[in-house]
Amino acid sequence: MMDTERLIATLAADNGYPTRPPARVLAIAVPVGFAISLALLLATLGLRPDFMQATHNPFFDLKFVVTLALALAALPIALQASQPQRLPRRWLWLLLIPVSLLALGIVAEAAAPPPVPAMTRLMGHNALLCMASIPALALPLLAAALIGLRAGAPQRPALAGAIAGLLASGLAAALYAAHCIDDSPLFVATWYTLAVALVTLLGAAIGSRALRY
Amino acid sequence: MQGRDEEWTALMRSANAGDSAAYHRLLKAVTPVLRAAARRGLARSGQPIDQSEDIVQDILLAVHLKKHTWDDGAPFAPWLFAIARNKLIDALRRRGRRVFVNIDDFAETIPSAPAAETLPTTEIAGHLESLPARQRDVLQSIAVDSASIKSTAAKLAISEGAVRVALHRGLARLAGKLRTE
Repeated sequence: MMDTERLIATLAADNGYPTRPPARVLAIAVPVGFAISLALLLATLGLRPDFMQATHNPFFDLKFVVTLALALAALPIALQASQPQRLPRRWLWLLLIPVSLLALGIVAEAAAPPPVPAMTRLMGHNALLCMASIPALALPLLAAALIGLRAGAPQRPALAGAIAGLLASGLAAALYAAHCIDDSPLFVATWYTLAVALVTLLGAAIGSRALRY
Repeated sequence: MQGRDEEWTALMRSANAGDSAAYHRLLKAVTPVLRAAARRGLARSGQPIDQSEDIVQDILLAVHLKKHTWDDGAPFAPWLFAIARNKLIDALRRRGRRVFVNIDDFAETIPSAPAAETLPTTEIAGHLESLPARQRDVLQSIAVDSASIKSTAAKLAISEGAVRVALHRGLARLAGKLRTE
């Protein structure tokens, strides 16, 4: 028999127990997840053979800018979403940054088109590998992001899970970009986006259960 | 309401600074407001209001386990009502009704006293038995027998630190059980 008075006294007795807010859990879990995914990339796919040379190609570099911009935009939205009284609307516009950067890349490439037809650039060399690798590399990161958000109290668990998916897939896509030999923004806009969407859906599906409190 | 909200915020700040007595007072102060909102929610969805105490306890547990998500610089009441609203919707939904809960249900509520008659065993109490042995023993001692952490440690012949860990984990596990049932 436990009445509310006694429950309150019990909760008061537990008052000093140290707990970590989501920001601090994320600060630990996401770097760990990133290290695991990086190790996974290096152990399986590896960097592309001409990695150092490729860094001189602005479209290669743009892949990192866009994917990291996505991850960085998702972070404050995730923190917002971890609070019970806030919907993450206030920072959603940040997601326009990676989208605009990618759009600028497409325009820049169209302005001085390489000798390869656009459709060939879009299809790339290995779209399927991209579609499979980014979600696979995102799994440790998604777990990390969800662990961080579980320390919170999100008002919309599925939405918070989706944002965790964006954060995870942004970082995973940046890792995969180091292996991927397709640099055309058209390729990135198609296949990277599809992979990110996949991880985001997975995050929403897991979040709708795991992020309830 | 202004004065009440400020008082709650001040109490929660003290609680986070380690003042358990302030925390106790805060939980006591918010409970009648939560109870009235729970009753109103139950009544509106055509369910017996005698289940309100389960919902109140469910909300208090969530508030406790998630209090680190409250931002010290923000007022406490909106945060509290967001948690309460979420748990109330969950609780009513579990009882199988389509529900609409308005945030004003909390803000404009007149506090209710608990039902005068002895309450039936609540959901939380029912889940105590299914906890791992140490968590169950610690919660039994503190929550049911109203023993202190110190005397519980002496009685179970474990350290006070171990009692604190078992207490916190037991509460978190109870919250998990309430969620999944």
